[in-house]
Amino acid sequence: MYRYDEFDAQIVRERAAQFRGQVERRLSGDITEDQFKPLRLMNGVYLQLHAYMLRIAIPYGTLRGEQMRKFAHIARKYDKGYGHWTTRQNIQFNWVALKDIPDVLDELAEVEMHAIQTSGNCIRNTTSDQFAGATAEEIEDPRPWCEIIRQWSTFHPEFSFLPRKFKIAVTAAENDRAAIRVHDIGLHMRRNDAGETGFEVIVGGGQGRTPHVGVTIKPFVAKDQLLDYLEAIMRVYNRFGRRDNKYKARIKILVSETGAEEFTRLVDEEFEAQRDAEKIVLPQAEVDRITQYFAPPAFEDLPDTSDVLDAAKAKDEAFARWVRVNVRPHKQAGYGIVTISCKPIGAPPGDVTDAQMDVTADLAERYSLDEIRITHEQNMVLPHVKLDDLFDLYQELDSAGLATANYELISDIICCPGLDYCNLANARSIPVAQDLQNTFADLERQDDIGELKIKISGCINACGHHHVGHIGILGVDRKGEEFYQITFGGRADEKAAIGQIAGPGLRAEDVPSALERVIETYREVRSSKDERFIDALERVGHDPFKEALYAAG
Amino acid sequence: MPLVKNGEVTANPHGEVLTLEPFLEMAAADPKDAVIVRLMPDDCPLQLEPFLDQLEVVEISFPRYADGRGYSQAQLLRRRLGYKGEIRAVGDVLRDQLLFMLRSGFDAFELGREDAAQAFAAASREYSHFYQPAADGESGVFARRHS
Repeated sequence: MYRYDEFDAQIVRERAAQFRGQVERRLSGDITEDQFKPLRLMNGVYLQLHAYMLRIAIPYGTLRGEQMRKFAHIARKYDKGYGHWTTRQNIQFNWVALKDIPDVLDELAEVEMHAIQTSGNCIRNTTSDQFAGATAEEIEDPRPWCEIIRQWSTFHPEFSFLPRKFKIAVTAAENDRAAIRVHDIGLHMRRNDAGETGFEVIVGGGQGRTPHVGVTIKPFVAKDQLLDYLEAIMRVYNRFGRRDNKYKARIKILVSETGAEEFTRLVDEEFEAQRDAEKIVLPQAEVDRITQYFAPPAFEDLPDTSDVLDAAKAKDEAFARWVRVNVRPHKQAGYGIVTISCKPIGAPPGDVTDAQMDVTADLAERYSLDEIRITHEQNMVLPHVKLDDLFDLYQELDSAGLATANYELISDIICCPGLDYCNLANARSIPVAQDLQNTFADLERQDDIGELKIKISGCINACGHHHVGHIGILGVDRKGEEFYQITFGGRADEKAAIGQIAGPGLRAEDVPSALERVIETYREVRSSKDERFIDALERVGHDPFKEALYAAG
Repeated sequence: MPLVKNGEVTANPHGEVLTLEPFLEMAAADPKDAVIVRLMPDDCPLQLEPFLDQLEVVEISFPRYADGRGYSQAQLLRRRLGYKGEIRAVGDVLRDQLLFMLRSGFDAFELGREDAAQAFAAASREYSHFYQPAADGESGVFARRHS
């Protein structure tokens, strides 16, 4: 994992001091809420329905036990005892008092954390594959480049007042878990004919009111040109992106209105015009220095299989299911990648208590070489667990309520805070998620249904990623009544697609039974248990599922 | 409105300032008077290239603080064109954006507050290091770590 040197540490300390000054000016009445707004929005502080919300950055979703323990402490001391993982691998605290936020930032700085790049119209926290550095699917660990992008984009003087927020995601695995095609910029690490690794550059993806799948504007950019190429994209966007309408201000609109070809030409022209004095100096020694922090940890030499694991699976059926569902292959023999579900049946998706954070911190130190990941699907991951340790780990997770075996299953729902917390929302979303989880609570049934991604947003801004849910649910308000619009066929992976609206919206109470009929239809049409919902949908088309959705007697 | 330059409040000697189009017309007719111009966010600063040697002041206008196009205009003037004269921020210029402006190549600021000089001094001292190279001559932390 990356560790701060004196430069990083000082920048974060100075940021905390700067914000303390800004909060003092606000609390003393020297500046109005209006004048304070741009300042707090540079620092992850939102004004929500009931209180200020503080969003803390977890760069590319990677953290260590000590940092997780700090979150637990913040939840206990400054909030109501819990935190919420966001769909950009960050954490939100919903009840922190403004006067306490400077202290929280000081505490975060002690463990090399901050709230920079979590709000405002700047380049936001860079996200990545939660299995980075652990999966055999990737051509190399993308995180050194995430960290380089983090540093380059932190307080960028030219790009801190963009037309709109700007999100970059990076992956190096064919199976895209970082949803890079629905980001403003997606970077997919590729190998060229000469065997060098670089980046396929995808631009203009996004969700919200007008969802777009990003387009590849450059199949390969060499590593030593990446930051200069990103600067060229950012400058074209900053100069020409629309500023007349907040809903048309994302880069996806610029790309689609300009046309991908013309947009690419503008970027290339800008890139070619850069003079030597404009290039970013990124010495190879610096790339090496940062890369070193992500060297594989001290894995033990172990056999491929584990007798301890096999014996425990034979003895404990629930454990065997959890291993099958939540543990994925590791690049190192004898290890597995463990997803800790933060979607227990009937609780708000992505919430964790202070006690659960403390437990996770301890378990990461004991079982996962002190590494934790947060996923954009609002779960946690212990990336490096010995197969021999899985049963012990499972039992401890289970006592903490963290062993739900539903990773990628129907109850592993992405859900925005909705009308319960958010002042943008038109409808509630958490209660809908809870109803669905309760309807499909039976884990054996979920396991039989297999991979199925439900994503729920309480308004058109799509924070709950409904456009890319295999089944998407969008809450809308019609004359004071909440309705839920269902979409089919969205996906956020390497075959990214925007879901299609099935028909008229449903009342909240009708959603679970309607989806039960859809699931029954899927079970009837699937060619075998191995054909996932999304694959069956692609093969037979949407019609049978639409019929099932509206077939209420 | 107080004009802060080199950290001090100074007199603002210029009267009416032409925007880009009238400026280009005037400069074509009588180039020796072409010493000051105001860019609006839509304007392309590269059009000033023929007049760089005689221009004394380029005003960059911020009708709203949130419109960040002026930062790119300043960077292009300084780093692409090598412009050495004054770049002045005018309009909705806030204390907490001065540092971004300084780094982007601005060196003069119309600040609508009585304590303009103190506010400028405080804002410009808030950080000791910057990650990116920019128009302020800072090479950036990537390079400084290895120098």
